[in-house]
Amino acid sequence: MHEYSITESMLSMALEKANEANASRITRINLVTGELSGVVSECVQFYFEHISKDTIASGAELSFEMKPTRVRCRRCEAVFSPNNHDWSCPDCHEAGIEIVSGRECYMESIEVE
Amino acid sequence: MTVKVITVGEDILGANEEKAKANKSRLDKHEVLTVNMMSSPGAGKTSLIMSTIHRMKEKVRIAVIEGDVASSVDADKVSEQGIPVVQINTAGGCHLDANMVESALNSLPLEDTDLLLIENVGNLICPNAFVLGEDRRVMISSLPEGDDKPLKYPAMFADTDVVLLNKIDLQPHLDFNTDAFKKMVTGLNSDVIIFPVSCKTGEGLEAWFSWLESAVKGKKDR
Ligand SMILES: Nc1nc2c(ncn2[C@@H]2O[C@H](COP(=O)(O)OP(=O)(O)OP(=O)(O)O)[C@@H](O)[C@H]2O)c(=O)[nH]1
Ligand SMILES: [Mg+2]
Ligand SMILES: [Zn+2]
Ligand SMILES: [Zn+2]
Repeated sequence: MHEYSITESMLSMALEKANEANASRITRINLVTGELSGVVSECVQFYFEHISKDTIASGAELSFEMKPTRVRCRRCEAVFSPNNHDWSCPDCHEAGIEIVSGRECYMESIEVE
Repeated sequence: MTVKVITVGEDILGANEEKAKANKSRLDKHEVLTVNMMSSPGAGKTSLIMSTIHRMKEKVRIAVIEGDVASSVDADKVSEQGIPVVQINTAGGCHLDANMVESALNSLPLEDTDLLLIENVGNLICPNAFVLGEDRRVMISSLPEGDDKPLKYPAMFADTDVVLLNKIDLQPHLDFNTDAFKKMVTGLNSDVIIFPVSCKTGEGLEAWFSWLESAVKGKKDR
């Protein structure tokens, strides 16, 4: 939904890290995004090409690792992927869960020259 | 040229979180209880803010930040009540961020404020990812939206402190299952407080007002 601001923050973070390492070019940016983060990779890609144009990240490849939603049962601690209509525990049927993965939106690493 | 891998491992929204912390400590210094109000469009954020102002303004000094995609209709309503209000137009943007709130804080009389209500942009996805510096998160979900919203927007329901289930006056016209809704919400969030309310009839609002009043008091007594 807010890919433009995500892309801006992501680019400035990558440039800062590359700069700290005295790199002359960023060739790849490895990102991890969760299913629940609402980040649409195609949109990030589109904005990135636009706003990275005059930077050392121009032409860098963006890689997205998509994390599926995983939740943990508060009673028996089973970890499972909820289905669309039912988030209760498949083992003990408890309704109480906590989200353990799916919200991610971070930069794992960058590759530079 | 050799390629080098630099491990980063940082949240993309880390800069927003830093800024939110700065907002928070500024608001803490002035003992302003700050509430981030989030919902889908039309669930009743402005109606709730207006009811809260009417009921509480004699006792509690209120200020408001209105996030809106383009118009100032919501801010105008608040302003008519003599309440300090700052309108943030996000120019099509789908959420408020800590930076926008920081500049809004510059135009508010923080030293004369006990309660700051922030109406976020109507949207159930991204406001959740952008902390603003708030003390409490309040979600408004309304009956016409259907009782399956918690399954569609689980992260939002998991992270909120309060759910105001609004428009309960419409129950006779809808097949909204309140028990199923509550069960899903508490399933996602064991600490949540749910207040079924109607801004139209006033039903249930007293419970919300007293919760808010004790939260304001709690901030002063820290
Ligand atoms: N029947 C009924 N209608 C309500 C209630 N609360 C609000 N409304 C109506 O719902 C509509 C939207 O209310 P708002 O308070 O403007 O909602 P909002 O969340 O601020 O909307 P946006 O700012 O556009 O996202 C208005 O027409 C209100 O009169 C309620 O409890 N019952
Ligand atoms: Mg509104
Ligand atoms: Zn957004
Ligand atoms: Zn279980």
